Amino acid sequence: MSEKKQERVGVYVCHCGSNIAGTVDVVDLANWAAEKLKHQGVVIAREYKFMCSSPGQELIEKDIKELGLTRVVVAACSPHLHEKTFRTAAKKAGLNPYLVELASIREQVSWVHTDKAVATEKSKAVVSGAVSRVIENVPLEEIKVPINPNTLVVGGGIAGIQAALEIANAGFHVYLVEREPSIGGHMAQFDKTFPTLDCAACILTPRMVEAGTHPNITLLTWSDVVNVAGYVGNFSVTIKKKARFVKEELCTGCGICQEKCPKKVIDEVHEAGLGYRKAVYTPFAQAVPNFPVMDKENCTYFIKGTCKACEKFCPTGAIDFKQEDQLINVDVGNIILATGYDLFDARRVSNYGYGRLPNVFTSLEFERLSNAAGPTNGDIVLRDGKTTPKSVGIIHCVGSRDKNFNNYCSVICCMQGLKFAHLVHERTGATVYNFYIDMRTAYKAYDEFYQRVLEEGTLFVRGKVAEVTNAARNDREKGKLVIQVEDTLAGKQRRIPVDMVILSSGLQPRHDAREVGKMFGISCSTDGWFTEKHPKLDPVATMTEGVFIVGCAQGPKDIPSSVAQGAAASARVLDKILQREVTLEPIKASVDQEMCSGCRICNGLCPFNAITFLEDRMVTEINPALCQGCGTCVAACPAGAISGTGFSDEQIMAQIDGLLFRNLEPVEA
Amino acid sequence: MNKYLLYPGCSMESSAKAYLESLNAILGPLDLHLDEIEDWNCCGATEYLGINLIPAYSLIARNLALATKQMNGTRTVVTPCSACYLNLAKADYYMQERPALGAKVNEALSAGGLEYKPGTLDVRHLLDVLVYDVGLDAIKRKVTRPLNGLKIVPYMGCMLPRPDYQHRWSDHEHPTELGDLLRALGADVIDYPLTTSCCGGHMTQIAPETAFELIRRLVVDAYDRGAHLMAAVCPMCQLNIDAYQNETNHYFHSHYHMPILFFTQLMGLAFGKEPGELGIGVELVSSRNALAHIGVEVPITQEPTVRKKDEGLPMPRRLLSNHKHEKEAVK
Repeated sequence: MSEKKQERVGVYVCHCGSNIAGTVDVVDLANWAAEKLKHQGVVIAREYKFMCSSPGQELIEKDIKELGLTRVVVAACSPHLHEKTFRTAAKKAGLNPYLVELASIREQVSWVHTDKAVATEKSKAVVSGAVSRVIENVPLEEIKVPINPNTLVVGGGIAGIQAALEIANAGFHVYLVEREPSIGGHMAQFDKTFPTLDCAACILTPRMVEAGTHPNITLLTWSDVVNVAGYVGNFSVTIKKKARFVKEELCTGCGICQEKCPKKVIDEVHEAGLGYRKAVYTPFAQAVPNFPVMDKENCTYFIKGTCKACEKFCPTGAIDFKQEDQLINVDVGNIILATGYDLFDARRVSNYGYGRLPNVFTSLEFERLSNAAGPTNGDIVLRDGKTTPKSVGIIHCVGSRDKNFNNYCSVICCMQGLKFAHLVHERTGATVYNFYIDMRTAYKAYDEFYQRVLEEGTLFVRGKVAEVTNAARNDREKGKLVIQVEDTLAGKQRRIPVDMVILSSGLQPRHDAREVGKMFGISCSTDGWFTEKHPKLDPVATMTEGVFIVGCAQGPKDIPSSVAQGAAASARVLDKILQREVTLEPIKASVDQEMCSGCRICNGLCPFNAITFLEDRMVTEINPALCQGCGTCVAACPAGAISGTGFSDEQIMAQIDGLLFRNLEPVEA
Repeated sequence: MNKYLLYPGCSMESSAKAYLESLNAILGPLDLHLDEIEDWNCCGATEYLGINLIPAYSLIARNLALATKQMNGTRTVVTPCSACYLNLAKADYYMQERPALGAKVNEALSAGGLEYKPGTLDVRHLLDVLVYDVGLDAIKRKVTRPLNGLKIVPYMGCMLPRPDYQHRWSDHEHPTELGDLLRALGADVIDYPLTTSCCGGHMTQIAPETAFELIRRLVVDAYDRGAHLMAAVCPMCQLNIDAYQNETNHYFHSHYHMPILFFTQLMGLAFGKEPGELGIGVELVSSRNALAHIGVEVPITQEPTVRKKDEGLPMPRRLLSNHKHEKEAVK
């Protein structure tokens, strides 16, 4: 290492109350740094109870000014927490904020050790590393980019609708993209909503209509996002608008085409496979927009080349068999993902017999069964379409809290099971059993609803159901579905014969969540839900600036929480829009194109799509605006052609030397 | 030519002779060649693993070690018995998952100059090989006497699909393989919800009442669904339902008559073989009436057995666990 001008370093050791001081001898640490690292340029080392407090920050500011410090090391918590605090303090005192380093002696030392002597030694190494490193730091300038005020919302369920409306009402434009023919999402399939038993359609459809007619919302249904480029403030998004074969400008939504279409198809989406639709259809009466789509796979004309009944009867000539998919490019500044969930496939729990035993239903099937707009007009009947069940068993935690399937709790199933119990009881008078592992009725007015269902006479059996079978052991069980369960409160095995079984299936990440996540540059948890920036303090932001996640895409949740997240994300977006420009961290990777061999190893590694390969010159380039400074490519580059500002080889090597105490003055023999 | 190593298991030479006979009868038509592992020994059945792990696993692994010597182009060991299948698969799996166990087992094997490296062999059940290697289409092509009109419940038993270490089966609770195969033979396959329920295993020896109840459930449900007969893939299942049906009837004062045959016997029939070649007729619950539905006449091969009078001296009274005093007196 070349000799440089001697830097003047200040070291500040934080007690963090007893968080650090309880395990690390902070006084010894500060004295040690002042003495042993003096030759490195440490001119002052102090310890203080709370460095992040105003007096603590002022201490640093004062020293910068009075002692002429050129580098600062704060030995405290993880940089995730207070790096910004101390950098801001340095900036106030006239020092470039990137000349401040945090030595994490809380998360990496005091919280993970118990032996004070050892912990103190380790904290000395960490501080020593930080001092050696900070000397190699170079001043950096923040990057500012203007923000496009438009926003993209992906997914038109209740969370996406809420987010879109909040932003549109604030006066900014929103592109709302929905994969299905209509917005509304899962909520549009429900009959009632817990715990107040509001009619789902009655509270949802006004929002749908508002979103559909809002001057600030461009609604793109039957559309998929196919490409995302750019970075916070300046995303460029390609949307595929699938051919509807219906001219939207001419269609009045009269519904004659659906009436005349001779082709009946099982509706796997809106009716959850329990009802039918036509080949040309709007999924439900209140659909927004209300012009239909044509299902090319099932349309007789597309299969056989004849029919065109819809075209013949359409009064406005809106049917257009020649329509093609359209690619639309939009520029937006922020993106909100509200892509929702898939229902757990109950066939996987083969011992519950779904798909094999006709009268075993999933939760979504039951929603349609009990919905007045559903296939039975709201009559709760067995799969024969006419028999009213006299006894119904509702099984909780199907596919959830089960290490064979999903470990997590799906949050909504308990309340959903209670709602079903109430509806069955109210409409059929049947005996209802709920089989639960634990009853989870947190949140406002939920447990009161549980009490109400209890009082209505629903029977509760605590235990995980072993199987649902039609193998009768006695006459009482003949012709019934027998639920075999260990009643853990009574401490015995029970066999309960019922007419109908409803599986309260859990929620799962969308089957394509990982690909979608990759397209938008965000990651998924091991379970497959999108990962938020911080589980408690930043639940709707992601590690990718300008991309937000709301509703069930982030994890299982009920309607109130989804709506709250939709609103929360829109507030975050509006905050960004109103700032007009966004400040980007200058921690970036860059390629020395002289050294780049064009091996392309780094190309596929970037989680933020910041790397492009220049075919003509056979070298790789990094877009500084997209780069989040994660360092993956820096580590991967076999030629050492990529370096990261803030993470240069010099800095890393110096830090390692420091950690190993190679920077200490040799003791004279 | 499809070549495999065969681990027959003890039952095939005694209580399940009919299984072995019928298996041999169908090998030709299916162009299957099974090379029996030389000097194989008992797998320990269901009991030994519950008593002492290391000797039990060593006993099983000895067979795997012997098999590796005979590999000669194939690494698949096929066994027609579910208990043997489970034990062999279990030893292979746990020797890998728990290296300490694997080391100890190999230490024991080394005394006999043997060694087994887990993962060397593929342990598979006969049904698995027939359905997935030979294939249902190939089987269908060999059918000359379709089992049309014969109502069969496919009974797979509990040890075959669980635990499914190598993910070989379509499902753990309701696997479809046996039903699919019988359907390929032309049979009327009845959906049998108890297809993977327990037959009682060795409970017939330890706690007969428990076994009788389990057997009763299986037989009653097959009967209620209108089955003419049951199809088995395991010597233990077949033995329990066949040999203990009479006692079960006696215990419950019932009169069920539900024959159970090995699926290989049914395959043999479908391939046009005669009952005599397939060990049909030796079962205790006769399949005569059932097989009449497909026009097969089962010759009466043996006279109804008359229990021989005991000619020896009487045995001491059986020791019952609840007679504590007696037990202590014996000690």
